[in-house]
Order: sequence, then structure tokens, then C-alpha cells
Amino acid sequence: MSSMTGIAARWMAGYRGTPVSRAFGSWLGKIAGGFLVLLVLTAIFAPWITPFDYAAQDLTNGNAPPGWPHLLGTDQFGRDVLSRVIYGARTSLSVSATAIAISITAGMTLGAAAGYFGGFFERAVMTVVDLTWSFPDILIALIFVAIIGPGLTSTTFAIAIAYLAQFTRLTRAQIVRLKRETFIEATINLGAKPHHILLKHLLPNAIAPVIVVGMLAIGDGIVLEATLGFFGLGAQPPTPSWGAMMSSGTAQLFLSPWVIIFPGVVVAVTVIAVNLFGDELIRALDIRDRIRGS
Amino acid sequence: MLWRYIFFRVLMLIPVSFSISVVIFMIVHLLPGDPIDNLIRVGSSPDDRAALITKYGLDQPLAIQYLRWIGAMFQGDFGEAIVLRRPVADLIAQNLPYSLALGGLAFAFSSIVGIILGTISATTRSKIVEQFMRGFILLGSTVPGFWLALLMILFFAVQLQWFPVSGAGGWSALVLPVLTIGFGGVALVARVTRVALLDVKREDFVMLLHAKGLPSYKILFGHLMPHALLPVVTILALRIGWILGGAVTVEFVFGRPGLGSLLIRALGQRDYPVVQGCLLMLALAVMLGTLIGDVAQAAMDPRIREAKT
Repeated sequence: MSSMTGIAARWMAGYRGTPVSRAFGSWLGKIAGGFLVLLVLTAIFAPWITPFDYAAQDLTNGNAPPGWPHLLGTDQFGRDVLSRVIYGARTSLSVSATAIAISITAGMTLGAAAGYFGGFFERAVMTVVDLTWSFPDILIALIFVAIIGPGLTSTTFAIAIAYLAQFTRLTRAQIVRLKRETFIEATINLGAKPHHILLKHLLPNAIAPVIVVGMLAIGDGIVLEATLGFFGLGAQPPTPSWGAMMSSGTAQLFLSPWVIIFPGVVVAVTVIAVNLFGDELIRALDIRDRIRGS
Repeated sequence: MLWRYIFFRVLMLIPVSFSISVVIFMIVHLLPGDPIDNLIRVGSSPDDRAALITKYGLDQPLAIQYLRWIGAMFQGDFGEAIVLRRPVADLIAQNLPYSLALGGLAFAFSSIVGIILGTISATTRSKIVEQFMRGFILLGSTVPGFWLALLMILFFAVQLQWFPVSGAGGWSALVLPVLTIGFGGVALVARVTRVALLDVKREDFVMLLHAKGLPSYKILFGHLMPHALLPVVTILALRIGWILGGAVTVEFVFGRPGLGSLLIRALGQRDYPVVQGCLLMLALAVMLGTLIGDVAQAAMDPRIREAKT
């Protein structure tokens, strides 16, 4: 770090434009970000892009290898794999994004309250958070699915619960750090009310790392959704989901491996893209230390 | 001092295990419907039903039910599996050794290979090795475990036929599952080792060691490693839980017996006594893992003992 701080130094170091446009600056960022934009567009416009009806069965043409007209082949019921992968993006992205949105909202509220008010409340919250922190996300999700039963709703909540601790910890760390800053002290001395300080000063300054980690968590959420779907505890047929597709493909592992390979490739590439783009965002926002410190 | 730390750390397990066991106990009560309907076989006679109600004490207050449940657990009575029609304790005893073998081997594999790879990448100046490690770490921490398992089966078991596709017959059946779980673990351990080694390398005392002419390998093994291994031990300890999580998935894909596949199957069949038993065992294993990790850390670093007692 140079001795110059603030906007001028950042401008000279090439920090121009919005963080997102900076993240798109490198070629890695362009590829990863471009892929994610494409994926979201595909999910949104799925009904217009899919070459076939994702649920249409054609039993005479089951387990067809990739080729024409079924670009990625068909599964045991003769359903078009490409169409199902495209619709699977809808399920996967919406479930994961909803779950992480819930998780961020709850985690930020808990973390901000714990960090701001401190005392017994903070200790109580952090004890529970540290407790869930040591548990693998899949185990937390499975406990939750055991309680409300299989399905997409419970998958959503299971993912939300699994990552709640992460956001609570992160937000609390940000608030605790910000509370020591001079401008907060000044605001307090000017007589600002707690809700004003929290909402107008603390949270806006704490939100960047939470958003970026949230984005990374959407990637983890996609894997978790696929895993639960693979176990048959997530999306129930005929809803197309990447995990459920792979699970039905295991029965025909030898006959039609493409039913497993393609959804898996999409999951893997998506998660890698999320991670790469998230990394670029962290660099663009210059918040690596703030994320590590929590 | 270390004993004092261990004492308090073990004491901490009591509230933690209490809260977890309450959550797991509550599963059958939070489910929709009467708890008895979640615990009884379809088509049981009213007499069986009454017997089960008395056995689990379902006509008593929740607190008493919990105490009876946890008391029975301590005596090794995990209840009766609904679908499999056997005591849950037997099922767990039968499956546990498979999980322990898989988890233990995967853990050893990720620690050893991870530390070696991390050390190589921290000491090399080769750009190619550097890039390779970055890619490897990215893949290892992002590729979903169950898909990797399927790919392994497709490639090594179906195409090359080097290893059995599934099951638990002998050592060769362990290779692919261990590699699958280990892949993520190796990537993580390698990254932490690398970062830790590079951090220590910058310290002044290392420059002094170089200046006084100590051979690099002596500096690496005698001076750098002991410092760098502390964060590695921390992450490995946390990883015990995650390896168990990975084992759940991988056991299921490879069709291996084990706590994970038992749990997933029981969840699908709504066999709640088995679900409760498995979850309790897995939670216990995670807690013991973090306990061992914390103690190992405290034994290595006096500052941690001081701070936490």
C-alpha cells in the first residue's frame, strides 16, 4: 500500500468505474462474468430457448447419444438432456439465490445486532454461530430436511440455515471494526439515534464484503442444492434439477453417461465461474482483508 | 496449563452436545402429524402402538421424553428401525467401521499429500507448477463431490476397470472413494500450507539462517515447517467435520455401507429412529474432531491456551 490513501490513490492505481466494471476488467473476470450473465439469461428465457419440452417423453428414443436433434442426448425416458439442463438452471439458480437472500437478510440482522449491542446478546448469538460453524453444510441441511421433509422449499431453507452462521459472523466483524472508526464516534457525539447510526452509517459500510461473500455462497448453494437433489431430497420429479438429473442417470451409468456428465459439467463450471468472478470482485473492491478477518 | 485448557474445552462440550441432541430429538416432534405416526410401522396393531407410546413415553411431557430418549442413548439403546426392523444400535455398529476407515484414510491422504504439494508450491520458483497449483486448488474447492465420484466411477471403474464400481469388498474398493474425498481436502491443505510457508519465509530469522549458511532443506524442515504447520493443523481439525460431510455424499454414490449412506437412505424412507441415531453419531464425531484439533493447536501454541482459559 502506498502512503497515499483515499480516492486519489485508488484512481491512480487504476480503480476507475464501478467495482463490477473493474471486476470485468481482467480476462478471467470477462470469461467468468460473461458465463454467469449468459447462464442467468438462459435461465430467464428458458421457455424460448429450449429446443424440446423438458418433460416430453419419447420412449422409442431413450438413451440416445449426443447428436442431432438432441444435442446433449436423451435420458432413459427419451427426454432431451439439453432442455432439462437449461430448465435445471432455473431451479438451481432460483433456489440458491433465494436461499442466500434469506440467509443474508437474517445473518446481517443478527450480526449487526450482535456487533452493535454487544453484551450478553452478542455472546449468545456468537455461541450458536460458532457451534453451527463447525458443522459441515451438508449435515446442517440434512438435519433441516429431516425436519420439514424433502422438497424445494425445504432445500431453500436448508441452504439458508447452512450459511446463516457465515453471514452473521461476517457482518458482526464488520460492525465491530466500524464501531471503532472516528466518524462513527462523531456521529454518536452529534446525538444520532442508534437506528440512524446502524442503518445510515454502519450497514452501508459493512455491506460490500457481505454481498461478495453472498455471491460466493450462491455457488456453494448450487452445489448443496445439486447434492440434496442427487440424494432425492431436493426437487421432486418432474421438476428438472441438475442434482436430480444426475441421480436418475446413475441407473443408466453404463448406457448413457451423458445424462450425468452434462449437468455435472454445468454445475462445476458455474461454481468455478462464481468463484473466479467473486475473486475479481474482492480484488476490485479491495476487501480481501475485511473478509479474512471475520 | 495444557490440562487446564483441555478441562475447560471438554466442559464446553456439555452445553454444545446438549443443544445438538435437543435439536435432533425434536425432529420427530416438529414433523407434521403425531410423533407416534413417525415412529411406527404402517399396519401396526393398536397394541403395538400403545406399547411404543409407553416405550418412548410419548404420553409424558417433552422434557421427560427427552430425558428418557437421551438416557436410553447412553445405554446404547437407539430405538428400533422402522423399515429395516432391527435395533438402530446394530445398524450403526455395523456401518460405523466403514465410515471410520474411509474418513480416516481420506483424512490421512489429504493431510500428507496436501502438505507435500503445498510445500512444493511454496518452495518452487517454476511458473508452471505455480499455475498448476492454482488450477488444482480452484478445482478441488469447487467441483461437487458426488459428481467427481461419478466421474471417477465412469473413468476408472467402467472404462479402465481398475477398481470395482461400488461396494466395500476389500482395499481396492476404498481407492476411489478416498481419492474423491481427498481431492477437495488436498486442495485445501495445500493452499493453507503454501500461504503459511510463504508467510514464515518473509520473517527476519529465516534470512539470518540463510546468511549463516544453513542448507535450505534444514531451514525448511527445521525452522519453516514447525511454524507453518500451526494453521495447517487448525484447518485440518476443522476439516474433520467436512471430511465426514464429504463421506456422506461419497458413500452414497459408491454404494458403500457407512453412516452417511445409512442416513440418506433412512431420510428417503422416513425411518426417523435411524435418522436420529446417525445424525447424533455424526454430530458427535464432528465435535470430537474439533476437540482433538483444538487441543492439538493448544499443545502447539501456548498463546492459544492462555487466551482461552
